[in-house]
Amino acid sequence: MKSVKNIQKITKAMKMVAASKLRAIQTRAENSRGLWQPFIALLGDTPSIDVKKNVIVTVSSDKGLCGGINSTSVRLSKGLLKLNSGPDKEPKYVVVGEKAKVQLIRDSRKHIHLTISELTKIPLNYTQVSVLADDIIKNVEFDALKIVFNKFHSVVSFIPTVSTVLSPEVVEREVESGSGKLGELDSYEIEGGSTRGETLQNLAEFQFSCVMFNAVLENACSEMGARMSAMDSSSRNAGEVLDRLTLTYNRTRQAAITTELTEIISGASALEG
Amino acid sequence: MFRHAAKLLRRPVPTTSPAASAVSRRPFSSDLPAAETADPAFVEAWKKLVPNIEPPKTPLSFMQPRPATPASIPTKLTVNFVLPYASELSAKEVDMVIVPATTGQLGVLPGHVPTIAELRPGLMSVHDGNDVTKYFVSSGFAFIHANSFADIIAVEAVPIDRIDANLVQKGLAEFTQKVNSASTDLEKAEAQIGVDVHSALNSALTG
Repeated sequence: MKSVKNIQKITKAMKMVAASKLRAIQTRAENSRGLWQPFIALLGDTPSIDVKKNVIVTVSSDKGLCGGINSTSVRLSKGLLKLNSGPDKEPKYVVVGEKAKVQLIRDSRKHIHLTISELTKIPLNYTQVSVLADDIIKNVEFDALKIVFNKFHSVVSFIPTVSTVLSPEVVEREVESGSGKLGELDSYEIEGGSTRGETLQNLAEFQFSCVMFNAVLENACSEMGARMSAMDSSSRNAGEVLDRLTLTYNRTRQAAITTELTEIISGASALEG
Repeated sequence: MFRHAAKLLRRPVPTTSPAASAVSRRPFSSDLPAAETADPAFVEAWKKLVPNIEPPKTPLSFMQPRPATPASIPTKLTVNFVLPYASELSAKEVDMVIVPATTGQLGVLPGHVPTIAELRPGLMSVHDGNDVTKYFVSSGFAFIHANSFADIIAVEAVPIDRIDANLVQKGLAEFTQKVNSASTDLEKAEAQIGVDVHSALNSALTG
C-alpha cells in the first residue's frame, strides 16, 4: 500500500512538471506556426508526389511515459515507408529521438540512415534546429523529405501530421511540367543575380529548417501534453488501487479481530459451563 | 421544408476554377482554422495500402486558403512578417513595404509582379499611411504573390530602436580586425559575414 501511495505521489509530481513545461513551450510552438505557412502558399503541398528518394524524418521524444504519441509516429512512418516503397525507390529513415529509434530498429534497421537524440537537453531554439537541418541535408540525399510529427491541437488532442519538403531538383521538374501549384512558380521573378536553381536550393534548405523547427516544437508540446494526461490517469488508477487495497486491508483486519474474539468467547463459554 | 432551405443557402459555394483552387490560401499565424482540405491523391493511396490507420494530416489542412488574384489591383498590400519566434505582422494591410533584397532595397506596392527575393542583412520598413515601422532583418526570404500578398520570413528581426549604436561600432571594429587577421578561409568568411552585418546595422541606424 505504501508503494502504491508513493507511485501516486510520483505520478502527480510528474504531471505538475509536465504541465509547467507545457505552458512554457506552448506559446513558442504557437508563435512558430506562422513560419511554414508562406512556403505552402508559394510551393503548395504535395505529399503524394512520386519521387525516387524519399527520406522520412520521424520526430519523437527521448523520454518515455508520454502515452501513445511515439507509437503513432512510428506507425505513421512505417505506413509512409510502405506507401513509398516499390521497385526503384529507396525510402530511408532519419530518426530524431530515442523512443522512435528503439521501435524502428527492431524491424526496419536497414532503412535507418541517421539517428539524432538528446535534442531537448537544451531548450529548443532555431539555431540549433537549423544546424541539425543542415546536417541532415548534408548527409542524406533526398528528393522529398517527409517529416512526421504530432501536431499539438490541445492538451488532450494531438494530430499526427506529415509535412513534405521537396528538393530543388524535384521542384524544378514540377515547374517544368507546369502542373498544380508549382507550375505557377514560373511566373515568379527571381530578384538578384542568382538563377532559379540556386534560389530554389536556398529556399529548400530554409524551408526544411523552418518546418523542422515547428515540427520539433509541436512534438515537444504534444509530448508534454500526453505525459500530463498519462500521468493524470495513472495517478487516478493508483488512487483506485489504493482505495481497493485499503478496503481489503480493513476487511482482513476486522475479520482477524472477529476470529480472535470468537475464539476467546467460545473458550470462555466452554470454561463456564 | 424551409428549414432545409436555410441550411442549403448557408452552405458555401466551392470555388472550382482550376487556377484558383490550389493557389488560394490565406494563412493564419496561430490556431488551426476550419478549412479542412487535404491532398486527395495522398489520402487515397494511404487508404489502399495502410487501411487500419487514419491518414495523417498535412499542413494544407491547417492553413486557411488565400484569396485568388483579383482582376484589378487592390489598394492595400497584405503583409505577413514571420520569425521563428513570433509572427510580427500577420495579414496586416499596408501601403508599401521596403525589403533589403540581395540586389538592394526592394519596394513592394500592391499589384507588384510575383517575386521571390532572398534577403540580406538590412533595414526593412513597413509604410502604412503616415506610420513607418522599421526593422533590422538578418536574412531570410520574401515572397510576393500575384494577389498582393507579401510573405516575409526572416531568421531574426529587431525594431531599430532597440539597437545600441555603440555596440554596433564596437562589433564592426572587432570584425574588421578579425577579417584582417583571419588565417583560414572559413574564419575569413565568418569574419566577413560579421563585417557585413555590422556595417548594414550601421547604415540602418544612420540612414
